Amino acid sequence: MTQAQERQVRQVIADVLNMPVEKVTPELSPQEADGWDSVQHLNLVLAIEEAMAIQLAPEEIEGMQSVGDILKIVQQKAK
Amino acid sequence: MTTPADATPPSTRDQIEHAIRDGNWALAKAALLRLWESNPAPGAAPFVVSRFEKLRGHVPLTPCRVAVLRSFTVEPIVPVARALAFTGGIDLEFRIGDFNTYAQEILDPTSWLYSYQPQVIILAAQTRDTSPELWANFADLSASEVNAQVAAASDSFVQLLTTLRSRTDAHIIVHGLQTPPALAVGILDRLGDANQAAAIAQINAAIRQLARELKNVYVLDYDALIARHGANHWEDTRKWLTVRLPIAADRLIYLAREWLRFLHPITGRVCKCLVTDLDNTLWGGVIGEDGLDGIKLGPDTSGYAFANLQRAILDLHRRGVILGIASKNNPAEASEAIEKHANMLLRPQHFAATRINWNDKAQSLREIAAELNIGLDSLALIDDNPVEREWVREQLPEVSVIELPADPMAYAAALRDSPLFERLALTDEDRSRGKMYAEQRARAQLQSSVTSLEDFYRSLQMEVTITTVQPDAIARVAQLTQKTNQFNLTTRRYSEQQITEIAADPACRVYAVRVKDRLGDNGVVGVVITRDHDGRCEIDNLLLSCRVIGRTIETAILAHVAGEARSRGNSLLAGWYLASQKNAPAKDFYSAHDFAIAAERPDGSYWERNLINSAPICPPWITLTTDSVEARP
Repeated sequence: MTQAQERQVRQVIADVLNMPVEKVTPELSPQEADGWDSVQHLNLVLAIEEAMAIQLAPEEIEGMQSVGDILKIVQQKAK
Repeated sequence: MTTPADATPPSTRDQIEHAIRDGNWALAKAALLRLWESNPAPGAAPFVVSRFEKLRGHVPLTPCRVAVLRSFTVEPIVPVARALAFTGGIDLEFRIGDFNTYAQEILDPTSWLYSYQPQVIILAAQTRDTSPELWANFADLSASEVNAQVAAASDSFVQLLTTLRSRTDAHIIVHGLQTPPALAVGILDRLGDANQAAAIAQINAAIRQLARELKNVYVLDYDALIARHGANHWEDTRKWLTVRLPIAADRLIYLAREWLRFLHPITGRVCKCLVTDLDNTLWGGVIGEDGLDGIKLGPDTSGYAFANLQRAILDLHRRGVILGIASKNNPAEASEAIEKHANMLLRPQHFAATRINWNDKAQSLREIAAELNIGLDSLALIDDNPVEREWVREQLPEVSVIELPADPMAYAAALRDSPLFERLALTDEDRSRGKMYAEQRARAQLQSSVTSLEDFYRSLQMEVTITTVQPDAIARVAQLTQKTNQFNLTTRRYSEQQITEIAADPACRVYAVRVKDRLGDNGVVGVVITRDHDGRCEIDNLLLSCRVIGRTIETAILAHVAGEARSRGNSLLAGWYLASQKNAPAKDFYSAHDFAIAAERPDGSYWERNLINSAPICPPWITLTTDSVEARP
């Protein structure tokens, strides 16, 4: 994953969770981010799939428990 | 090459934030449109929505409450639909029903659905939920079982939709059922007894029949939607199995767009007039440089894109959209191309207003709106030049600017996909409106060539037909009460249902007014509604389409209404003038016809006129035809 792609993913996360992109750190998780509930998690997954032109498997979606996890999974998938 | 940080142009996002902070709302809106159109995606939707929410009260936004009844997960479509709607001037609020409980929600009169009072209800049920046997186990069914399943599903839609219709006035959008992508008997479907696709088609036909019979019920053709965007790419089976979302992430926006095709006409966020640029829009190249023989237009590869766009524009014209031109060009050369180029589909007679000059385009659009007597918010612009588009967006935020892709080959599709020209119903008047406006232009030219106003009226050879409204004109009469703003005494809006009810009231009269003249038939362009009580005939409303204002037609109408009122035994004719932002043209109607003020309140005045000694008379230059059964005095 290029730096630009990583920036893009962080921007998508920031937009979906409605927070400044600076706050989207690898440690950020559903427990500490306001409004990161199951509906937002689905919105996040769909937004990332669309933006990166990938499809995430159910196990991968389950495994996305922090921004760091998301970046790692997208890195494996994105060309 | 490196660029110092302080020389980086501000990003669109920064522009949006700065414009909102500075209260520069038109600029903020223009930048938000630019951001969204560069990336109309689920990821960008929440940002666009949250920033548009800050523009509420500062840019025109029509609010609309939508209830979604569903058998699948629609939540991720909501932010995308809201972002799309905001960019089209609609502020959507959604409430979503519980999962797969749409039947209970409709049938229970105390459900949230009715207390929420939505303006729009979307019924989004899938074949796999309404008819699981037909969807998944078709091969196990006998022919009679198939028929029973089709009948059961159809009956269920009849029950749900008629119940909904009887309990709410909301517009109802029903998703049609999807045909299974892989049919149970494969290529033999429709050849032998097994007929899975036809079974689904029968249910869809039943839904369509209901939409024809019930008011304000519309069908979203789900099969066609999927086909257009690639059936193989539409479904995401894993998401269906895990989170009950059957639609792939990159297809969500297409369903949202399809909803908006209905929501635009429902909220009135539609355009009456399409204004087009010329160079590199209606034809390839620049007429002033390439000349009549050099511009690209026609069936060959280089000219096809432009001919195809002209075809799309002509189709809109046939649907009743008025056309205009705003082009920076030498008028003589451009007009010659429109008149003479062999492959032009659009000719001078298609355009109701033309501005070919070197003026600022925003100015040209203002002039076109004034000439056609319509608001700027009724104009849409199609222009290949992104700079002109941006300029118009910033200068005239009311005008809808259609975003075009870089490739001219895709222009026609971009126009056809726009929801700005969708209509919920198409009347005969709609179909000939474009032509009527062009005739209006001929009339205006005539007016300048005759000397006295009376001579002008005479030269028009006007024939006015006033009849009590018949069933075939009710849709048009209701539409006129809803859309006419200028010559409208009270601006009372009525639905078709209400018009039907008023017309059935023995104390009331609903008249439809047709106007013909030597330049053409204008169709039904006027409405009068009266109500008798206690010897007084009260005009509930009298309105005229702006196409026929200023031609003394209102006097002819009044003469007929007064004559009938008198022969029913009324001694007084009376009515309110209620001022709106746009109905100044009707302000002097009562005083000009010898009415006197009997009461006043802040928003209007109540006028009366005695009918015993005299009544208004029809101007001598108008031939009046009526269906009067009430004996004339």
